[in-house]
Amino acid sequence: MEVNEKNTLFYFCLFLIFQTKSFSLIEVDITRGNLDPLPVAVSPLFSDEQTHSDLKKKLNINDLGLEISKVVENNLRQSGLFNPLNKDAFLQKPDIAHLKPRFEDWALIKSQALITGKVILKDDKLRVEFRLWDVLAGKEMLALAFTTVPKNWRRIGHIISDKVYERLTGEKGYFDTRIIYVSEEGPKTQRIKKLAIMDQDGFNNKYLTLGNELVLTPRFSPTNQMVTYLSYFRNLPRVYLLDIETGIQEVVGDFPGMTFAPRFSPDGNKVIMSFAKDGNSDIYTMDLENRIVERITNHPSIDTSPSYSPDGKYITFNSDRSGYQQIYVMKSDGSKVKRISFGNGLYGTPVWSPRGDLIAFTKLHKGRFYIGVMRTDGKGERLLTENYYQEAPSWSPNGRVLIFYRETKTDSDGKGFSAKLWSIDLTGYNERLIDTETDASDPSWSSLLTN
Amino acid sequence: MELSKIYKNTFLIVLLGFLLTACATQKKVTTDQKMDSQIQGDVYTGTDGVKYLADGVPDRVFFATNESVLTTASRETLRKQAKWLRQNSEVTIVIEGHADERGTREYNLALGERRANAAKDYLMTYGISSSRMTVLSYGKERPVDSGSTPLAWSKNRRSVTVKAN
Repeated sequence: MEVNEKNTLFYFCLFLIFQTKSFSLIEVDITRGNLDPLPVAVSPLFSDEQTHSDLKKKLNINDLGLEISKVVENNLRQSGLFNPLNKDAFLQKPDIAHLKPRFEDWALIKSQALITGKVILKDDKLRVEFRLWDVLAGKEMLALAFTTVPKNWRRIGHIISDKVYERLTGEKGYFDTRIIYVSEEGPKTQRIKKLAIMDQDGFNNKYLTLGNELVLTPRFSPTNQMVTYLSYFRNLPRVYLLDIETGIQEVVGDFPGMTFAPRFSPDGNKVIMSFAKDGNSDIYTMDLENRIVERITNHPSIDTSPSYSPDGKYITFNSDRSGYQQIYVMKSDGSKVKRISFGNGLYGTPVWSPRGDLIAFTKLHKGRFYIGVMRTDGKGERLLTENYYQEAPSWSPNGRVLIFYRETKTDSDGKGFSAKLWSIDLTGYNERLIDTETDASDPSWSSLLTN
Repeated sequence: MELSKIYKNTFLIVLLGFLLTACATQKKVTTDQKMDSQIQGDVYTGTDGVKYLADGVPDRVFFATNESVLTTASRETLRKQAKWLRQNSEVTIVIEGHADERGTREYNLALGERRANAAKDYLMTYGISSSRMTVLSYGKERPVDSGSTPLAWSKNRRSVTVKAN
């Protein structure tokens, strides 16, 4: 082949490759550490004069369209996968952008995706439309509309974030969710603890108990209406149920001793927990409908921290039957108990991913604490983060993010103690502090509120 | 002449060496002694925070990391408690079990319960009826020492006998 022809062929192939790339719709890979977040422009949602003034009267918010776009922007940024661009650089106004974006304007500021929308107030209901555009391909990717009561406007922002996330990553999102946790205050020797709940982005924080008795380890039911937790009400540590809507609390069962470490079964029908008697802790379930109690483990060791697989067929739990804390898996009837942790150190707090593929855990080795994951047969152990003290991971509903808590050392005067919630992606990247009014521990992630 | 000088110098160097190691060892012994008076075999042996149910009857026993085994000293304390309980037959007690903070929360709740039960079982062998005793675990929730040192942690690994009436 002549040199000239070779060159032409080469450039032609190169040209073909680039052509294909420019026609493919944008995709975000969340299975590997993403050091190159996708630049996205979140335009403030448009609303006309009338809607503006009506909403200001109703909600005392100046520009709801702008506020909703901020919710979306914040969610996308926190995920570590997207880079929302500065609004000051936007060239097109929200109303026009939503109807017919001039893609060159948006490409100019290096944005690859564009989110636009419109807010309408009709018959006292809020109607929000939004569109997701592929800037480089010049196409609309997604167009949806939602109607709700005006005070739910933050949830619209979260739902839009979930839809955008799902469209671009192929995975379900985790933004329209809540976190329940224990709020902590006071000296270490006399901590005041209260149950607290907040939106996943830290807003709408609410306390569910008063702090008069010690409360620990709250967990959501899959239906998100109920929470199970441990309370020392009347100095009797027992597992309780709390209805988030009504505030009604109820003790689970009638056990003649301490019950603790509660979780719900995936169908929400049972509570699984530990029951301690005469120095031995075993795992039991109670059916919330017929109140039938079933004993699942029967061993003189400590058996605790049970967690169901998402299909309800297996349970992973923590036991020291081999001498030290290790992780085990058994069938949900208690048969076929198998140890799965074999690394160096102590293992605790096993929790099954909602995707069914992994079990997250806390590990203690040579005085350091680790949050890690392993496959359900114990292989592929991966440690995500190390610290002086941290424990109790909980999965986001899409099984991609873990929330946990950390405590600091105290100085020689016994001061300087703090406990905070942190999150980290499954890839080990995007480790983040989650801001809470008070100190916090024992976080648990709800499933998606929209189902 | 040369040889004796060599021997003399070698002797002096070796002597110096011994002196140095002697100093070092002495220092080590002092520190160990200080620690020894507070922790032995990972179990707290001091009196910080210890209260008394009656004259000469300490209210608590201590444990090694991850253990619920009673030491000789613990058994002696519990025998004193049993004697006092036999002499005051109307007293009922709550035995509170605790763990240090260097472990996961739920396992520590179970460990506290196991420790409190170890104390209860021992009291029963000395004639105290189980109807007079309740067990309560606080896991790592109620440390007596908020420090982040092995000494502080050892004070928190305890089972405390509390008068209930």
